[in-house]
Amino acid sequence: MTSNRSLSLKLKIWRQKNSQEPGRFEGYRVEDISPESSFLEMLDILNDQLIRQNKSSVAFDHDCREGICGMCSLYINGQAHGPDQLVTTCQLYMRRFKNGDTIYIEPWRSRAFPVIKDLVVDRSAFDRVIASGGFVSVNTSGNTIDGNALPIPKEDADKAFDAAACIGCGACVATCKNASAMLFVSAKISQLALLPQGKVEAKRRALAMVRQMDEEGFGNCSNTGACEVECPKGISLENIAQMNREYLSASIQNED
Amino acid sequence: MEQSKFTASSIGKKFLMAATGFFLMVFLLVHLSVNLFLFGGKQAFNEASHFMATNPLIQISQYILAAGFIAHIFFGIKLYIQNKSARGKVTYAVNQWQAHTPFNARTMIYTGLLILCFLILHLKDFTIPIKIADTRRFTHYELVTEHFKNPIYTVIYLIAFILLAIHLSHGFQSAFQSMGARHKSYTPFIEKLGVLYFWFISLGFSTIALWFFFKQ
Repeated sequence: MTSNRSLSLKLKIWRQKNSQEPGRFEGYRVEDISPESSFLEMLDILNDQLIRQNKSSVAFDHDCREGICGMCSLYINGQAHGPDQLVTTCQLYMRRFKNGDTIYIEPWRSRAFPVIKDLVVDRSAFDRVIASGGFVSVNTSGNTIDGNALPIPKEDADKAFDAAACIGCGACVATCKNASAMLFVSAKISQLALLPQGKVEAKRRALAMVRQMDEEGFGNCSNTGACEVECPKGISLENIAQMNREYLSASIQNED
Repeated sequence: MEQSKFTASSIGKKFLMAATGFFLMVFLLVHLSVNLFLFGGKQAFNEASHFMATNPLIQISQYILAAGFIAHIFFGIKLYIQNKSARGKVTYAVNQWQAHTPFNARTMIYTGLLILCFLILHLKDFTIPIKIADTRRFTHYELVTEHFKNPIYTVIYLIAFILLAIHLSHGFQSAFQSMGARHKSYTPFIEKLGVLYFWFISLGFSTIALWFFFKQ
């Protein structure tokens, strides 16, 4: 069985010291990679190799390694999180590659996500978008209402839950030809606008989050649908349409 | 004040692209309907053309049409420049465009600019001559049919309508999405309607060009 055979691979990895200095590709070889290891484990093996050779290891983002934290990124052979759909890089397995393959590994490319080092980018622009309105104001003075006491139609709850599946990894920005963050922002706006707790601030939220998104320097939406294709959580373009509606009606009714 | 904030925002600009796009798509339908009178012969087309040139409502809409074109082109170019710079200085060494971004969607600026070149040619050869034509010497019908005797001119027209078809194949459903109209129950219908629309427009105009080329 060929799938049990270990892999020997050529890697072309983007190396960049810091955000100021220009980066470049460097070539590496890894041998004896198990097809059952994950892509990040393969990079761990490479880094182990580099450390033993007294060379600087490749910096890349990772955390939970079970596809829910949104930390791992990487543009692998021209696709966010690699060639598989609906997975993050930690869930990409080396059996997806063939012995002798050359793999290009690049950081997310977006003006709003500057490279910090090698493959690590600064995604704090997303945090600032969330801070601008991606929350529900709750009075915590003691009379909090049980969330489950509010009746919510099943369909709305399902839609909100689907939107809430967004892990904020930034694959949408990385993939979009315009480096637009609309899939991310729309998932957050929709998630909250669909629920009674979030509806109260929906208008202010839509205006504030879109303003912050624009200020961060993300591009505009061309409705190519590329973000939806590459999103590891399958966030739908329906969210962007919902955000457009929320923003349009908020702009018409805005009194500030 | 709010209005300027709206048009400066990312969603506002896309809304304007969609609104002007819708307007231009309606215009294409009107334009094609008038052109189809060419099949009815010289008198039929000249009468239809005369109606368009004298009807006060059409005369007023001309200025709105020009504004629609200018806004669509202006915001299209502005969005393209902004989107380019949003990617940053370094672009991907390897990008599998075919895996995620459809061809028609990623070439809107190029098909759009080429259609603009065609529009300028069309203004020079038809729109302006029709406005200042001395109809005693030749009628609008002859102005059109004479041009399509030239094979190069006919080919340029056919290429322009292929480009327009590509542009519309993304633009039609994209305009609905920008306006917030997307739902799993009716979006498949909008997409089918879009296919019908761009085939109708492109085949309609192309058939006219080919008909008068081969008829000579």
